[in-house]
Amino acid sequence: MKINALLIDDIDNVVTCVADVPAGADVCYRKVDEILSLKAEENIPYCHKIALKDFAQDDEVIKYGESLGRTTEAVKKGHWLWDKNMRSVPRDYDSEFVDVGGRG
Amino acid sequence: MQFWGYKRSEGRAGIRNHVLILPTCVCGSESARIVASQVRGAVNIVFNTGCSDVQANTDMSQKVLTGFACNPNVYGVVIIGLGCETVGHKPLREKIQAMTSKPVVSFGIQEEGGTLKTIEKAVRAAREMAAQAGLQQKELCDISELLLGIECGGSDATSGIASNPAVGELSDLLVDMGASTMMSESIEWIGGEHVLAKRAATPEIHNQIIQVCKDYEAHLLAAGQDCRAGQPTPGNKAGGLSTLDEKSLGCIRKGGTRPIVEVLEQAARPTKRGAVVMDTAGFDISSITSMVAGGCNAIIFTTGRGTPTGNAIVPVLKVTANARTYQMMDDNMDVDLSAIISGEKTYKEMGRELVDVIHDVCNGRLTKAEAYGFSDIAVDHVCRFV
Repeated sequence: MKINALLIDDIDNVVTCVADVPAGADVCYRKVDEILSLKAEENIPYCHKIALKDFAQDDEVIKYGESLGRTTEAVKKGHWLWDKNMRSVPRDYDSEFVDVGGRG
Repeated sequence: MQFWGYKRSEGRAGIRNHVLILPTCVCGSESARIVASQVRGAVNIVFNTGCSDVQANTDMSQKVLTGFACNPNVYGVVIIGLGCETVGHKPLREKIQAMTSKPVVSFGIQEEGGTLKTIEKAVRAAREMAAQAGLQQKELCDISELLLGIECGGSDATSGIASNPAVGELSDLLVDMGASTMMSESIEWIGGEHVLAKRAATPEIHNQIIQVCKDYEAHLLAAGQDCRAGQPTPGNKAGGLSTLDEKSLGCIRKGGTRPIVEVLEQAARPTKRGAVVMDTAGFDISSITSMVAGGCNAIIFTTGRGTPTGNAIVPVLKVTANARTYQMMDDNMDVDLSAIISGEKTYKEMGRELVDVIHDVCNGRLTKAEAYGFSDIAVDHVCRFV
Protein backbone atom coordinates (compact mmCIF):
# COMPACT_ATOMS: atom_id res chain seq x y z
CA MET A 1 0.00 0.00 0.00
CA LYS A 2 1.43 3.39 -0.94
CA ILE A 3 1.79 5.77 1.96
CA ASN A 4 0.48 9.33 1.84
CA ALA A 5 1.36 10.49 5.37
CA LEU A 6 4.40 10.54 7.64
CA LEU A 7 4.62 9.61 11.30
CA ILE A 8 7.73 11.34 12.65
CA ASP A 9 7.94 9.76 16.12
CA ASP A 10 6.25 6.56 17.27
CA ILE A 11 4.48 8.35 20.14
CA ASP A 12 2.96 11.05 17.90
CA ASN A 13 -0.84 11.35 17.90
CA VAL A 14 -0.94 13.01 14.47
CA VAL A 15 0.50 12.19 11.07
CA THR A 16 1.38 14.70 8.35
CA CYS A 17 -0.18 14.10 4.94
CA VAL A 18 2.28 14.31 2.06
CA ALA A 19 -0.46 14.63 -0.56
CA ASP A 20 -3.85 16.37 -0.65
CA VAL A 21 -6.22 13.80 0.83
CA PRO A 22 -9.95 14.10 -0.04
CA ALA A 23 -12.60 13.30 2.57
CA GLY A 24 -13.37 9.59 2.60
CA ALA A 25 -9.94 8.53 1.33
CA ASP A 26 -7.53 6.39 3.32
CA VAL A 27 -4.51 7.95 4.98
CA CYS A 28 -1.67 5.40 5.09
CA TYR A 29 1.55 5.77 7.06
CA ARG A 30 4.45 3.66 8.20
CA LYS A 31 4.96 2.85 11.88
CA VAL A 32 8.17 0.89 12.38
CA ASP A 33 7.69 -1.96 9.87
CA GLU A 34 3.91 -1.81 9.64
CA ILE A 35 1.69 0.21 7.33
CA LEU A 36 -1.28 1.61 9.24
CA SER A 37 -4.25 3.49 7.90
CA LEU A 38 -7.25 5.55 8.90
CA LYS A 39 -10.03 7.28 6.99
CA ALA A 40 -9.89 11.02 6.37
CA GLU A 41 -13.21 12.44 7.61
CA GLU A 42 -12.62 15.75 5.81
CA ASN A 43 -10.27 17.14 3.15
CA ILE A 44 -6.69 17.31 4.49
CA PRO A 45 -4.32 19.61 2.55
CA TYR A 46 -0.74 18.69 1.59
CA CYS A 47 1.65 18.83 4.57
CA HIS A 48 -1.20 19.25 7.07
CA LYS A 49 -1.92 17.08 10.10
CA ILE A 50 -4.67 14.53 10.66
CA ALA A 51 -5.77 13.31 14.11
CA LEU A 52 -4.90 9.68 14.92
CA LYS A 53 -7.21 9.67 17.96
CA ASP A 54 -10.20 11.51 19.36
CA PHE A 55 -8.95 14.74 20.95
CA ALA A 56 -10.96 16.45 23.68
CA GLN A 57 -10.62 20.21 24.07
CA ASP A 58 -7.20 21.12 25.59
CA ASP A 59 -5.57 17.82 24.68
CA GLU A 60 -1.90 17.88 23.75
CA VAL A 61 -1.05 17.46 20.08
CA ILE A 62 2.15 15.40 19.79
CA LYS A 63 4.47 15.47 16.74
CA TYR A 64 8.24 14.85 16.74
CA GLY A 65 7.49 13.13 20.06
CA GLU A 66 6.87 16.61 21.54
CA SER A 67 3.91 18.87 22.22
CA LEU A 68 2.96 21.31 19.45
CA GLY A 69 0.31 22.87 21.71
CA ARG A 70 -3.26 22.01 22.66
CA THR A 71 -6.57 21.67 20.88
CA THR A 72 -9.03 24.56 21.25
CA GLU A 73 -12.00 22.26 20.64
CA ALA A 74 -12.73 18.54 20.42
CA VAL A 75 -11.23 17.04 17.24
CA LYS A 76 -12.27 13.53 16.28
CA LYS A 77 -9.97 10.90 14.78
CA GLY A 78 -9.59 11.41 11.04
CA HIS A 79 -10.14 15.16 11.23
CA TRP A 80 -7.87 18.03 10.30
CA LEU A 81 -5.65 19.62 12.97
CA TRP A 82 -4.61 23.11 11.96
CA ASP A 83 -4.16 26.63 13.31
CA LYS A 84 -7.93 27.09 13.65
CA ASN A 85 -8.32 24.31 16.23
CA MET A 86 -4.91 24.42 17.96
CA ARG A 87 -3.03 26.90 20.11
CA SER A 88 0.46 27.29 21.56
CA VAL A 89 0.73 26.90 25.30
CA PRO A 90 2.37 30.08 26.61
CA ARG A 91 5.62 29.51 28.49
CA ASP A 92 8.10 31.87 30.04
CA TYR A 93 11.84 31.51 29.93
CA ASP A 94 12.31 31.88 33.67
CA SER A 95 10.32 28.73 34.39
CA GLU A 96 12.43 26.80 31.87
CA PHE A 97 15.70 27.23 33.75
CA VAL A 98 16.73 24.23 35.81
CA ASP A 99 18.47 24.07 39.15
CA VAL A 100 22.21 23.56 38.73
CA GLY A 101 22.80 22.99 42.41
CA GLY A 102 24.11 26.45 43.22
CA ARG A 103 26.74 26.25 40.49
CA GLY A 104 25.28 29.10 38.52
CA MET B 1 35.06 5.51 9.10
CA GLN B 2 38.01 7.35 7.60
CA PHE B 3 38.45 9.90 4.85
CA TRP B 4 41.34 11.30 2.83
CA GLY B 5 42.09 14.76 4.17
CA TYR B 6 44.83 17.27 4.81
CA LYS B 7 46.31 16.95 8.27
CA ARG B 8 47.06 20.22 10.05
CA SER B 9 49.58 20.91 12.80
CA GLU B 10 46.80 22.31 14.96
CA GLY B 11 43.28 21.03 15.28
CA ARG B 12 41.12 19.19 12.80
CA ALA B 13 42.11 17.99 9.34
CA GLY B 14 41.04 19.89 6.24
CA ILE B 15 38.90 18.36 3.53
CA ARG B 16 40.17 21.03 1.11
CA ASN B 17 43.55 22.75 0.73
CA HIS B 18 42.79 26.32 -0.30
CA VAL B 19 45.02 29.36 -0.36
CA LEU B 20 42.82 32.07 1.11
CA ILE B 21 43.19 35.65 -0.11
CA LEU B 22 41.88 37.52 2.89
CA PRO B 23 41.04 41.25 2.92
CA THR B 24 41.37 42.99 6.28
CA CYS B 25 38.38 45.18 5.44
CA VAL B 26 36.11 46.21 2.61
CA CYS B 27 38.90 48.28 1.01
CA GLY B 28 41.06 45.21 0.39
CA SER B 29 38.24 43.08 -0.98
CA GLU B 30 38.46 43.94 -4.68
CA SER B 31 42.22 43.48 -4.76
CA ALA B 32 41.79 40.14 -3.00
CA ARG B 33 39.26 39.09 -5.65
CA ILE B 34 41.65 39.94 -8.47
CA VAL B 35 44.55 38.09 -6.81
CA ALA B 36 42.43 34.96 -6.30
CA SER B 37 41.27 35.07 -9.93
CA GLN B 38 44.91 34.99 -11.07
CA VAL B 39 46.05 31.94 -9.07
CA ARG B 40 44.62 28.44 -9.36
CA GLY B 41 44.00 27.01 -5.91
CA ALA B 42 43.33 30.43 -4.39
CA VAL B 43 39.96 31.64 -3.16
CA ASN B 44 38.84 34.98 -1.77
CA ILE B 45 36.14 36.41 0.40
CA VAL B 46 34.51 39.80 -0.05
CA PHE B 47 34.53 41.49 3.32
CA ASN B 48 31.96 44.27 3.68
CA THR B 49 33.12 45.66 7.01
CA GLY B 50 36.29 46.01 9.11
CA CYS B 51 36.43 49.80 9.45
CA SER B 52 34.64 52.80 10.99
CA ASP B 53 32.95 50.60 13.52
CA VAL B 54 32.21 50.14 17.21
CA GLN B 55 34.27 47.74 19.30
CA ALA B 56 31.74 44.88 19.33
CA ASN B 57 31.58 44.88 15.54
CA THR B 58 35.36 45.04 15.24
CA ASP B 59 35.58 42.06 17.59
CA MET B 60 33.14 40.09 15.42
CA SER B 61 35.02 41.02 12.23
CA GLN B 62 38.26 39.85 13.79
CA LYS B 63 36.68 36.57 14.92
CA VAL B 64 35.47 35.91 11.38
CA LEU B 65 38.76 36.90 9.71
CA THR B 66 40.95 34.88 12.09
CA GLY B 67 38.43 32.02 12.10
CA PHE B 68 38.44 31.78 8.30
CA ALA B 69 42.26 31.89 8.28
CA CYS B 70 42.47 29.12 10.89
CA ASN B 71 39.76 26.97 9.28
CA PRO B 72 41.26 23.53 8.56
CA ASN B 73 40.30 23.75 4.86
CA VAL B 74 42.82 26.58 4.43
CA TYR B 75 46.46 25.75 3.61
CA GLY B 76 47.79 29.28 3.84
CA VAL B 77 46.68 32.91 3.84
CA VAL B 78 47.58 36.01 1.84
CA ILE B 79 46.23 39.08 3.62
CA ILE B 80 45.51 42.32 1.77
CA GLY B 81 44.92 45.40 3.87
CA LEU B 82 44.64 49.09 3.12
CA GLY B 83 46.60 50.86 5.87
CA CYS B 84 44.10 52.95 7.81
CA GLU B 85 41.50 50.31 8.73
CA THR B 86 40.65 49.46 12.35
CA VAL B 87 42.95 46.41 12.41
CA GLY B 88 45.65 46.58 9.76
CA HIS B 89 47.29 43.72 7.90
CA LYS B 90 50.28 43.43 10.24
CA PRO B 91 48.38 43.08 13.53
CA LEU B 92 45.88 40.75 11.82
CA ARG B 93 48.75 38.65 10.46
CA GLU B 94 50.39 38.49 13.89
CA LYS B 95 47.11 37.50 15.49
CA ILE B 96 46.61 34.67 12.96
CA GLN B 97 50.25 33.56 13.30
CA ALA B 98 49.74 33.28 17.06
CA MET B 99 46.83 30.91 16.41
CA THR B 100 48.26 28.73 13.63
CA SER B 101 51.57 27.65 12.10
CA LYS B 102 50.19 27.68 8.54
CA PRO B 103 51.90 30.12 6.12
CA VAL B 104 50.57 33.69 6.35
CA VAL B 105 51.84 36.73 4.45
CA SER B 106 50.36 40.21 4.23
CA PHE B 107 50.46 43.39 2.20
CA GLY B 108 49.07 46.92 2.62
CA ILE B 109 47.79 48.85 -0.38
CA GLN B 110 48.88 52.27 0.93
CA GLU B 111 52.39 51.02 1.78
CA GLU B 112 52.89 49.24 -1.52
CA GLY B 113 51.87 52.26 -3.58
CA GLY B 114 48.42 51.31 -4.83
CA THR B 115 46.41 48.33 -5.96
CA LEU B 116 48.47 47.23 -8.97
CA LYS B 117 51.70 47.00 -7.02
CA THR B 118 49.92 45.20 -4.19
CA ILE B 119 48.24 42.80 -6.57
CA GLU B 120 51.57 42.04 -8.25
CA LYS B 121 53.24 41.12 -4.97
CA ALA B 122 50.23 39.27 -3.62
CA VAL B 123 49.84 37.21 -6.81
CA ARG B 124 53.48 36.13 -6.57
CA ALA B 125 53.03 35.21 -2.90
CA ALA B 126 49.80 33.34 -3.59
CA ARG B 127 51.38 31.53 -6.55
CA GLU B 128 54.23 30.26 -4.39
CA MET B 129 51.82 29.25 -1.63
CA ALA B 130 49.56 27.40 -4.09
CA ALA B 131 52.61 25.61 -5.51
CA GLN B 132 53.53 24.39 -2.03
CA ALA B 133 49.91 23.49 -1.22
CA GLY B 134 49.94 21.22 -4.28
CA LEU B 135 52.71 19.17 -2.69
CA GLN B 136 50.74 18.36 0.44
CA GLN B 137 49.54 14.77 0.23
CA LYS B 138 46.18 13.63 1.47
CA GLU B 139 46.31 11.28 4.43
CA LEU B 140 43.76 8.96 5.99
CA CYS B 141 41.94 10.82 8.74
CA ASP B 142 39.45 9.49 11.23
CA ILE B 143 35.86 10.74 10.82
CA SER B 144 36.27 12.37 14.26
CA GLU B 145 38.18 15.09 12.37
CA LEU B 146 34.90 16.13 10.74
CA LEU B 147 32.97 19.10 12.14
CA LEU B 148 29.79 19.32 10.09
CA GLY B 149 27.76 22.54 10.24
CA ILE B 150 24.02 22.07 9.80
CA GLU B 151 21.99 24.85 8.21
CA CYS B 152 18.55 25.35 6.70
CA GLY B 153 17.18 28.06 4.48
CA GLY B 154 14.49 28.67 1.89
CA SER B 155 12.44 26.20 3.92
CA ASP B 156 9.06 24.91 2.87
CA ALA B 157 6.54 22.45 4.28
CA THR B 158 8.80 19.49 3.41
CA SER B 159 11.77 20.82 5.41
CA GLY B 160 10.46 20.10 8.89
CA ILE B 161 8.93 16.72 8.12
CA ALA B 162 11.52 15.22 5.76
CA SER B 163 14.87 16.87 5.07
CA ASN B 164 15.47 18.14 8.62
CA PRO B 165 14.69 14.77 10.27
CA ALA B 166 16.93 13.04 7.68
CA VAL B 167 19.81 15.42 8.44
CA GLY B 168 19.11 14.95 12.16
CA GLU B 169 19.54 11.22 11.61
CA LEU B 170 22.80 11.93 9.74
CA SER B 171 23.96 14.03 12.68
CA ASP B 172 23.18 11.23 15.15
CA LEU B 173 25.04 8.66 13.04
CA LEU B 174 28.08 10.92 12.67
CA VAL B 175 28.17 11.76 16.38
CA ASP B 176 27.95 8.03 17.17
CA MET B 177 31.00 7.48 14.94
CA GLY B 178 32.94 10.15 16.85
CA ALA B 179 32.45 13.11 14.51
CA SER B 180 31.10 16.49 15.61
CA THR B 181 28.12 18.44 14.32
CA MET B 182 27.08 22.04 14.86
CA MET B 183 23.57 23.46 14.67
CA SER B 184 23.10 27.23 14.77
CA GLU B 185 20.29 29.76 14.07
CA SER B 186 19.39 30.28 17.72
CA ILE B 187 16.57 32.69 16.89
CA GLU B 188 14.78 29.73 15.29
CA TRP B 189 15.04 27.68 18.50
CA ILE B 190 12.58 30.12 20.09
CA GLY B 191 9.35 28.22 20.65
CA GLY B 192 11.23 24.93 20.83
CA GLU B 193 14.03 25.98 23.18
CA HIS B 194 12.62 23.90 26.03
CA VAL B 195 12.80 20.82 23.79
CA LEU B 196 16.32 21.61 22.59
CA ALA B 197 17.36 22.16 26.21
CA LYS B 198 16.25 18.60 27.02
CA ARG B 199 19.19 17.43 24.91
CA ALA B 200 21.67 19.32 27.09
CA ALA B 201 24.42 17.10 28.50
CA THR B 202 24.45 19.08 31.75
CA PRO B 203 22.07 21.40 33.65
CA GLU B 204 24.46 24.29 32.89
CA ILE B 205 24.15 23.65 29.15
CA HIS B 206 20.36 23.40 29.54
CA ASN B 207 20.32 26.88 31.04
CA GLN B 208 22.72 28.28 28.45
CA ILE B 209 20.32 27.20 25.68
CA ILE B 210 17.38 28.90 27.40
CA GLN B 211 19.50 32.00 28.11
CA VAL B 212 20.57 32.33 24.47
CA CYS B 213 16.91 32.46 23.39
CA LYS B 214 15.89 34.79 26.21
CA ASP B 215 18.75 37.18 25.35
CA TYR B 216 18.00 37.12 21.62
CA GLU B 217 14.36 37.96 22.19
CA ALA B 218 15.29 40.71 24.69
CA HIS B 219 17.85 42.13 22.26
CA LEU B 220 15.15 42.53 19.60
CA LEU B 221 12.61 43.85 22.09
CA ALA B 222 15.11 46.55 23.12
CA ALA B 223 14.89 47.79 19.53
CA GLY B 224 11.09 47.58 19.67
CA GLN B 225 10.96 44.41 17.57
CA ASP B 226 8.90 41.36 18.49
CA CYS B 227 10.28 38.20 16.90
CA ARG B 228 7.11 36.27 17.77
CA ALA B 229 4.75 38.73 16.08
CA GLY B 230 3.13 37.13 13.10
CA GLN B 231 4.72 33.73 13.82
CA PRO B 232 4.00 31.30 12.36
CA THR B 233 3.56 33.40 9.23
CA PRO B 234 0.36 33.07 7.17
CA GLY B 235 2.46 31.15 4.64
CA ASN B 236 3.70 28.78 7.35
CA LYS B 237 0.13 28.16 8.50
CA ALA B 238 -1.03 27.49 4.96
CA GLY B 239 1.89 25.05 4.72
CA GLY B 240 0.65 23.13 7.75
CA LEU B 241 2.63 24.74 10.58
CA SER B 242 -0.06 25.48 13.16
CA THR B 243 2.01 26.84 16.06
CA LEU B 244 5.44 28.39 16.62
CA ASP B 245 6.29 25.21 18.56
CA GLU B 246 5.70 23.13 15.44
CA LYS B 247 7.82 25.44 13.29
CA SER B 248 10.70 25.44 15.79
CA LEU B 249 10.53 21.68 16.38
CA GLY B 250 10.84 21.06 12.63
CA CYS B 251 13.80 23.41 12.53
CA ILE B 252 15.74 22.00 15.50
CA ARG B 253 15.17 18.43 14.35
CA LYS B 254 17.98 18.88 11.83
CA GLY B 255 20.44 18.86 14.74
CA GLY B 256 19.46 15.32 15.67
CA THR B 257 18.83 13.92 19.12
CA ARG B 258 22.24 13.35 20.70
CA PRO B 259 23.32 15.18 23.88
CA ILE B 260 24.43 18.76 23.32
CA VAL B 261 27.90 19.06 24.79
CA GLU B 262 28.62 22.76 24.23
CA VAL B 263 26.86 26.08 23.55
CA LEU B 264 29.08 28.41 21.55
CA GLU B 265 29.12 32.12 21.02
CA GLN B 266 29.06 33.18 17.41
CA ALA B 267 32.16 32.23 15.40
CA ALA B 268 33.78 30.48 18.41
CA ARG B 269 35.64 27.21 18.04
CA PRO B 270 34.26 24.17 19.90
CA THR B 271 36.35 22.72 22.70
CA LYS B 272 34.28 19.52 22.94
CA ARG B 273 33.52 16.74 20.46
CA GLY B 274 29.98 15.64 19.71
CA ALA B 275 26.83 17.66 19.03
CA VAL B 276 27.33 21.37 19.67
CA VAL B 277 25.15 24.42 19.06
CA MET B 278 26.07 28.01 18.18
CA ASP B 279 24.18 31.22 18.90
CA THR B 280 23.73 32.78 15.44
CA ALA B 281 21.14 34.60 13.38
CA GLY B 282 18.60 32.68 11.36
CA PHE B 283 19.89 34.51 8.27
CA ASP B 284 21.50 31.53 6.58
CA ILE B 285 24.52 33.26 5.04
CA SER B 286 25.47 34.88 8.34
CA SER B 287 24.96 31.62 10.22
CA ILE B 288 27.20 29.71 7.79
CA THR B 289 29.83 32.46 8.01
CA SER B 290 29.93 32.10 11.79
CA MET B 291 30.05 28.28 11.66
CA VAL B 292 32.92 28.36 9.13
CA ALA B 293 34.75 30.82 11.38
CA GLY B 294 34.14 28.33 14.20
CA GLY B 295 36.05 25.68 12.24
CA CYS B 296 33.39 23.63 10.43
CA ASN B 297 35.06 21.82 7.54
CA ALA B 298 31.78 20.92 5.78
CA ILE B 299 28.23 22.30 5.79
CA ILE B 300 24.99 20.48 4.98
CA PHE B 301 22.11 22.75 4.00
CA THR B 302 18.46 21.65 3.93
CA THR B 303 16.12 23.63 1.72
CA GLY B 304 12.59 23.46 0.40
CA ARG B 305 12.51 26.24 -2.17
CA GLY B 306 16.15 25.86 -3.23
CA THR B 307 19.13 28.18 -2.80
CA PRO B 308 22.45 28.61 -4.61
CA THR B 309 24.61 29.70 -1.65
CA GLY B 310 28.20 28.59 -1.27
CA ASN B 311 31.21 29.38 0.89
CA ALA B 312 34.73 30.12 -0.33
CA ILE B 313 36.55 27.58 1.81
CA VAL B 314 33.93 25.09 3.01
CA PRO B 315 31.77 22.92 0.74
CA VAL B 316 28.05 23.54 1.22
CA LEU B 317 25.92 20.49 0.32
CA LYS B 318 22.27 21.25 -0.59
CA VAL B 319 19.59 18.69 0.14
CA THR B 320 15.87 18.98 -0.50
CA ALA B 321 12.87 16.70 -0.04
CA ASN B 322 10.79 18.73 -2.48
CA ALA B 323 10.87 16.76 -5.75
CA ARG B 324 9.82 19.77 -7.82
CA THR B 325 12.57 21.94 -6.32
CA TYR B 326 15.13 19.24 -7.01
CA GLN B 327 14.04 19.12 -10.65
CA MET B 328 13.69 22.89 -11.11
CA MET B 329 16.92 23.70 -9.24
CA ASP B 330 18.92 20.70 -10.38
CA ASP B 331 21.93 22.95 -11.04
CA ASN B 332 22.02 23.97 -7.38
CA MET B 333 20.72 20.94 -5.49
CA ASP B 334 23.12 18.15 -4.54
CA VAL B 335 20.88 15.49 -3.01
CA ASP B 336 17.25 14.55 -3.67
CA LEU B 337 15.50 13.47 -0.46
CA SER B 338 12.02 13.41 -2.01
CA ALA B 339 11.81 9.63 -1.57
CA ILE B 340 10.80 10.47 2.02
CA ILE B 341 7.78 12.43 0.81
CA SER B 342 6.85 9.83 -1.80
CA GLY B 343 7.03 7.17 0.91
CA GLU B 344 9.65 5.06 -0.87
CA LYS B 345 12.18 5.60 1.92
CA THR B 346 12.07 6.69 5.54
CA TYR B 347 13.97 9.71 6.82
CA LYS B 348 16.17 7.29 8.75
CA GLU B 349 17.10 5.44 5.56
CA MET B 350 17.88 8.73 3.82
CA GLY B 351 19.94 9.82 6.82
CA ARG B 352 22.04 6.69 6.42
CA GLU B 353 22.50 7.42 2.72
CA LEU B 354 23.64 10.96 3.57
CA VAL B 355 26.54 9.51 5.57
CA ASP B 356 27.99 8.19 2.30
CA VAL B 357 27.41 11.51 0.54
CA ILE B 358 29.18 13.46 3.29
CA HIS B 359 31.97 10.87 3.20
CA ASP B 360 32.38 11.56 -0.54
CA VAL B 361 32.45 15.32 0.08
CA CYS B 362 35.16 14.80 2.70
CA ASN B 363 37.12 12.77 0.16
CA GLY B 364 36.97 15.61 -2.33
CA ARG B 365 33.68 15.41 -4.22
CA LEU B 366 32.80 18.99 -5.13
CA THR B 367 29.38 20.27 -4.17
CA LYS B 368 27.59 22.25 -6.87
CA ALA B 369 28.05 25.61 -5.11
CA GLU B 370 31.71 24.76 -4.68
CA ALA B 371 32.18 23.88 -8.34
CA TYR B 372 30.73 27.30 -9.26
CA GLY B 373 33.20 29.00 -6.91
CA PHE B 374 30.49 30.72 -4.88
CA SER B 375 31.73 32.80 -1.96
CA ASP B 376 28.84 34.21 0.06
CA ILE B 377 29.59 35.87 3.37
CA ALA B 378 27.70 37.99 5.92
CA VAL B 379 29.37 39.13 9.12
CA ASP B 380 26.97 39.66 12.00
CA HIS B 381 27.11 42.85 14.06
CA VAL B 382 25.99 44.34 17.34
CA CYS B 383 22.52 45.14 15.96
CA ARG B 384 22.17 41.49 15.09
CA PHE B 385 20.83 39.90 11.97
CA VAL B 386 17.58 38.06 12.66
